[in-house]
Amino acid sequence: MSPELINLIIQATGESLYMVGIAALLGTAFGLPLGVFLATSRKGELFAAPIVNRVLGIVVNATRSTPFIILVVAIIPFTRLVAGTSIGSTAAIVPLTIASAPFIARLVEAAIREVDGGLIETASSFGASPLQIVFKVLIPEALPGLLLALTLAVVSLLGYSAMVGAVGGGGLGDLGIRYGYQRFMPEMMLAVVVVLIALVQLVQSAGDYLARRVNRRLRHR
Amino acid sequence: MNAHQSLAIGQPIETLEPISPAATEPDAMVRFEGISKTYPAYRGKPGVNALQNIDFAIPRGSITGVIGRSGAGKSSLVRLINGLEKPTTGRVIVDDRDISALAGRELRLAQRSIGMIFQHFNLLSSRTAADNIALPLEIAGWSKADIRARVAELLALVGIADKHDRYPSELSGGQKQRVGIARALATRPSVLLSDEATSALDPQTTRAILDLLANINRELGVTIVLITHEMSVVRQLAKEVVVLDAGHVVESGHVADIFTHPKHPITQSFLAEVIGDSLPVSLASRIVSEPYAAGQAVIRVQVRGAGAGDTVVARLARELGLDVALLSARIDEIGGQHVGSLTLGIPSGEDAVTRTLAWLSQYQFSAERLGYVA
Repeated sequence: MSPELINLIIQATGESLYMVGIAALLGTAFGLPLGVFLATSRKGELFAAPIVNRVLGIVVNATRSTPFIILVVAIIPFTRLVAGTSIGSTAAIVPLTIASAPFIARLVEAAIREVDGGLIETASSFGASPLQIVFKVLIPEALPGLLLALTLAVVSLLGYSAMVGAVGGGGLGDLGIRYGYQRFMPEMMLAVVVVLIALVQLVQSAGDYLARRVNRRLRHR
Repeated sequence: MNAHQSLAIGQPIETLEPISPAATEPDAMVRFEGISKTYPAYRGKPGVNALQNIDFAIPRGSITGVIGRSGAGKSSLVRLINGLEKPTTGRVIVDDRDISALAGRELRLAQRSIGMIFQHFNLLSSRTAADNIALPLEIAGWSKADIRARVAELLALVGIADKHDRYPSELSGGQKQRVGIARALATRPSVLLSDEATSALDPQTTRAILDLLANINRELGVTIVLITHEMSVVRQLAKEVVVLDAGHVVESGHVADIFTHPKHPITQSFLAEVIGDSLPVSLASRIVSEPYAAGQAVIRVQVRGAGAGDTVVARLARELGLDVALLSARIDEIGGQHVGSLTLGIPSGEDAVTRTLAWLSQYQFSAERLGYVA
C-alpha cells in the first residue's frame, strides 16, 4: 500500500476519533442527566413527574427509531444553525450527538434502575436531598454499569460515523466506501475494516477494564 | 464549622416549632396520636388500611420492641417515625416535634436525629466501611476533618476499627450490620430504628448484634425501636413491647407483664414460639381421656412470674402427700419473669386430682387436666 494511502487511513482515523470522541462527550453530557431523570421521574420516584417522563420517553423513542442516515439528512438545517456549516467532520458531530444522547439516556436509565431501591430509602432516611441521592448514591453505585453503557455508546458511534460520509463528514467509513468500494480497492476496504475492528476492541477492553476496576460488588475477601 | 453544620449534630433545631408541652408526656420519645395509614387503590390493586387507631408512646431511653407478623403494619409504623411516609390521620411526635407535619428541608434536618438500620444492611457497595459511615455526615455537611475523626470513633464503638478500608463485599453479615449501626449513629441521633436488623443473621451473630444494641442504649442513652417478627429478639433485648396485628395495636406495655399474661391470641402465639406449648410427642401420644386403674392424671400448670415455678412440685408433693412426677417442663425467662409450663403426673384417683387443682388455684397457678396415662 502506498504511503499516500496510508496517510489517508491515518487522516481518516483521526477524523473518526474526533467525531466519535466529541459526539460521545456531548452525547453523555445530554444523555446522562436525561437518563437519570428518566430513571427517577415515574410516579412515586425521586423526581416524580410522570407526564414529563412519558413525553421525554416518546421523544427518546422517536429519535432512536429514526434511521441514522435519515436523521443526518433531516436535520441539516439544524446542523447548519449549530455548527455554521452542514458539511465536514465538525458538522457531522451534530447528528452523531443527537443520535447518541437518547441511546446513552436509555442505557443510563437501565443502569440507574439496577441500583437497589433500598439504598434510596436509606439515604432518604438520613435526610439526603434528591440531588444528594443522585450524586452520592445512584451514580456511584451505578458506575460500573454506566461505564459499560458509555463503552457501548462509543462502539455504536464508530458504526454511525461510517455513515456521515453522506454529508462530507469523512472518517474511516467514508474512506472505505469511496476508495474500497467505489474505486475497487479491496485492500483499502480491508485496511479500514481492520482499523475499525482494532478500535472497537480497544474501546471495549478499556471500558471492561474500567468497569471491573470500579465494581466493588464482585470482590471477594 | 459553619452555622449550618452545627445544626447537624443532634441539637434541637430552633427554627422548628416545638409542640405545646401539655400535649406530650415528658418521657415520650415517640408518640403516635390517632394514627391511621391508608394506601389508596392503585392500578387495580385495592386500597389497604395498613394502620388504624394507633395511640401509644415509646418512652425516652427505652428499648421498645414492635412485634407482629408480616403484613401487620410494622414497616408502615417505622416509616412514619422517620417521616418517609405521612399518616392519613393523626400525628407522630418524635422528640417533641411533630414529624408528620414537616416537609422538605425541615424534614431532612429532623431526619438526622433519627437513625435507622435495615434487614439487608443497605450499604453502598461502592464505598468502604469508613466511607459508608461517612455518608450521613457528608449529607449533613460536616467538614472532612470532623468526618474522619467521627468515623474512627464510630468504627471503634461498633468493634470493627480494623475494617476501615474494607468494602461491604469483603465483610460478613454481622460486620455489615455493625457498619450499618455505626452509620445510623453517625449524626448522634436520639432515636435508632431497627427494621428487622437481625433477621438475615445467624443466631450467634444475632446475639452479638443485640448485645451491641443493648450497650449502645446503655452508654449513649439512644432510644431504640426494634421492629421484628421474632419473639426471641424482643425477649433478649426489649423492656417495652407493642404487639401489632392487622394494623392495630393489640397489646402494649412492659415485656414482663405482656408475656406473663398474654391476652390476645397473637401475643399468645408469639409466646408459644419461645416457651413452646406442645407436649413431647412420646407423652402426647399416650394420653387418653379415661383414667387407668394405677395410672397417672396429666396436669399442666402455667408458670408466670419471678421464681413462681421454683418450688411448686416439691410443695405440692409435701403439702398434699402425693407422688408427683414431672413429665415435661419448659420454663424460660422474659423480662426477668419466669414464663413456661410444667406437665405433672399425679395419682389418677378423682380425689387426688380435685385436691391438686384446688391447691394450685389457691396459689394462683392456672392449671388444666389434659388426660391420663398408664
